[in-house]
Amino acid sequence: MPYQRVKFYQTGTFTVGNRLLDESNRTVQAGMDRTNSLNSGHRACQGCGEALGARYALDAVMRATHQQMVAVNATGCLEVFSSPYPESAWQIPWLHSLFGNAPAVASGVAAALRAKGRKDVRVIAQGGDGATVDIGFGCLSGMFERNDDVLYVCYDNEAYMNTGVQRSGSTPPRAWTNTTQAVGVDPGNPMGIGKNLPRIAMAHGIPYVATASVADLHDLEAKVTKAMNFRGARYIHIHVPCPLGWKSDPAHTIKVARLAVESGLFPLIEAEGGEVTDRTPIRKQVPVEQYLELQGRFKHLFHPRDERALEAIQAIADANIHRYQLLPVKA
Amino acid sequence: MKHHIEGSQAVAHAIALCRPEVMACYPISPQTHIVETLSRKVKAGEIGNCQFLNVESEFGALSVLIGASAMGARTYTATTSQGLLFMAEAVYNAAGLGLPIVMTIANRAIGAPINIWNDHSDSMSMRDAGWIQLFAEDNQEAVDLHIQAFRLAEELSCPVMVCMDGYILTHAYEVVDLPTQEQVDGYLPAFEPVQVLDPQDPVSIGAMVGPEAFAEVRYLAHDKHLRALEAIPRLSQAFQDIFQRRSGGLLKAYHTDEAETILLALGSVNGTIKDAVDDLRKEGWPVGSLALCAFRPFPSHALRHVVQDAKRIIVFEKDLAVGKGGIVSSDVKMALRGLPTIVDTVIAGLGGRPIPKASVINTVKQACLEGLEEPHFLDLNWDAINRELTRQQAQRRSGPTAENILREIGAPGASPI
Repeated sequence: MPYQRVKFYQTGTFTVGNRLLDESNRTVQAGMDRTNSLNSGHRACQGCGEALGARYALDAVMRATHQQMVAVNATGCLEVFSSPYPESAWQIPWLHSLFGNAPAVASGVAAALRAKGRKDVRVIAQGGDGATVDIGFGCLSGMFERNDDVLYVCYDNEAYMNTGVQRSGSTPPRAWTNTTQAVGVDPGNPMGIGKNLPRIAMAHGIPYVATASVADLHDLEAKVTKAMNFRGARYIHIHVPCPLGWKSDPAHTIKVARLAVESGLFPLIEAEGGEVTDRTPIRKQVPVEQYLELQGRFKHLFHPRDERALEAIQAIADANIHRYQLLPVKA
Repeated sequence: MKHHIEGSQAVAHAIALCRPEVMACYPISPQTHIVETLSRKVKAGEIGNCQFLNVESEFGALSVLIGASAMGARTYTATTSQGLLFMAEAVYNAAGLGLPIVMTIANRAIGAPINIWNDHSDSMSMRDAGWIQLFAEDNQEAVDLHIQAFRLAEELSCPVMVCMDGYILTHAYEVVDLPTQEQVDGYLPAFEPVQVLDPQDPVSIGAMVGPEAFAEVRYLAHDKHLRALEAIPRLSQAFQDIFQRRSGGLLKAYHTDEAETILLALGSVNGTIKDAVDDLRKEGWPVGSLALCAFRPFPSHALRHVVQDAKRIIVFEKDLAVGKGGIVSSDVKMALRGLPTIVDTVIAGLGGRPIPKASVINTVKQACLEGLEEPHFLDLNWDAINRELTRQQAQRRSGPTAENILREIGAPGASPI
């Protein structure tokens, strides 16, 4: 397996691990021997959260599997920016078939490995939120219910970014997209619709479900590594800001992702066999406004201020905090 | 050894002997008996370590095989009709990726109106997807074509559909000579993929290709089919050497020498057509027939060679290009361009409508004596059609066409118009 040694640059954030930690506690990304499964030179936008999330997740799987890994990719930004012939950025065996079938294709890879008695090689499938919660949902649910030995990773940037920012079933309430324009009554995506795929995955009773954020590298890598300790269907849903579609500063990708977690809008949880087993507590809850105001897709909520919308979104964050007990219980 | 066996059971038996490693199936009539039998064989441990996946859709079924085939496994599924349409995106994708998947099509009509009976609309809809399409004339040939299909697919790294008429073949009990494992092993070598997902030698499969190279990649898919024109008869001959019977090939001629009129068809109706040819020849009509076994690639040169001296070709086809007429006959006309041969299109057998020998004979005589309108619809109930057309012109809200026609023909339980 060829791989490229990379130099490590301290960036002043938590995102690439902390060299001051004991070696065993350092992130995969901080290691000199990280695989760089998704190599540099690809065509992702500046500040792309999905490119970060994919490299974090895949490098962690590579370490966990001793580089015995096959990846199946749904159509989408990740596939397009990484693969144009002859510039593939993938340092791993990688298969792209269609937009809506990555979970089934991965099931097929797993079945072939089973038929050949190859227990050493592991399979992951990956796609964006559109490929996962919408067009590939049937195949994903099938892969879950059959408990096929696949880790599916969803990089959720909350809309169809590759086609130019259109609404998906994962687009948050009141967000602007090109098909939920900021015009008319209640501008942006309507309230009270959409899917929560981690909970749907849990309802299948599969061995392991987790949510993760590119803002918390240690947590993300730990969950991916843990997922590889299980056999059967596993699902990790990673929140990945998209500067293009969210109209946020590319330099703010990690900051925005962190505020999603700290506001309670994107809770970090783990579940086994359909039951929540752990959650990452919030040290200090930040108002959802701090998260929303960094993103142009929510600009219409502030000019003029739409108190009703802001309260409704705050209520969603509060409900998440309550459901998963993300804050310390007050005495 | 000869068995009196249902077509689906016989095909399942043949598939098992081909040692598939991954099968993914979704039930749809009339394909079900094939996959039921295979699921039992897998569960009983009769097919080595083969994996049988009960999936959530036909789209999922073929997608599973795309992954398994790219991982180097021999793969198989079966479907028909709406199922083939539902997997359409993956059908094109499997061919585009060059994955040697074998799939049975238990040919059935496409709705609406929903209809579970036989015609060729389903596989015709995928004729340009890049799959090789072979049509079986009877259940012996269905068995034999599946064995040839795996070798052909894997040699070319190109997926193959084996088309067998739904119910007419899948549910028919006939005497079939079932091959032995030794025979199949002697004919079909282990699958050696041209591309495989291998952590020791990583490749990207399914990369994006832009305008600078797309046409070249598509040409190479076409080139594969040109090579298949050579491989299909060669592998048919190799099959005959081991199994001692002739099956497959590009086409099969019946009394075509010195025939002025040649009837041409795909699939099981060739049995009826050969009987009609026998009767017509007894009456002194200089006719013959031609069964197309390979529809994709289309054997233009072989066809032209066989029929070049005939005056008239009558294509009996179980499909309809709405707004145009014949699909097979269009390809036949292209193959015969420059020749003075008359090519007639007879649309027949849609949605399981029987194609009686008497109707074939009458149509041939009519074509030779008076000529046929283009296209000609066999045994169409023009009275019912004209009454419905009149009604549609008379009133705007004329209602659902299918129900109206059922009333027109006096279907049991249908209220009168």
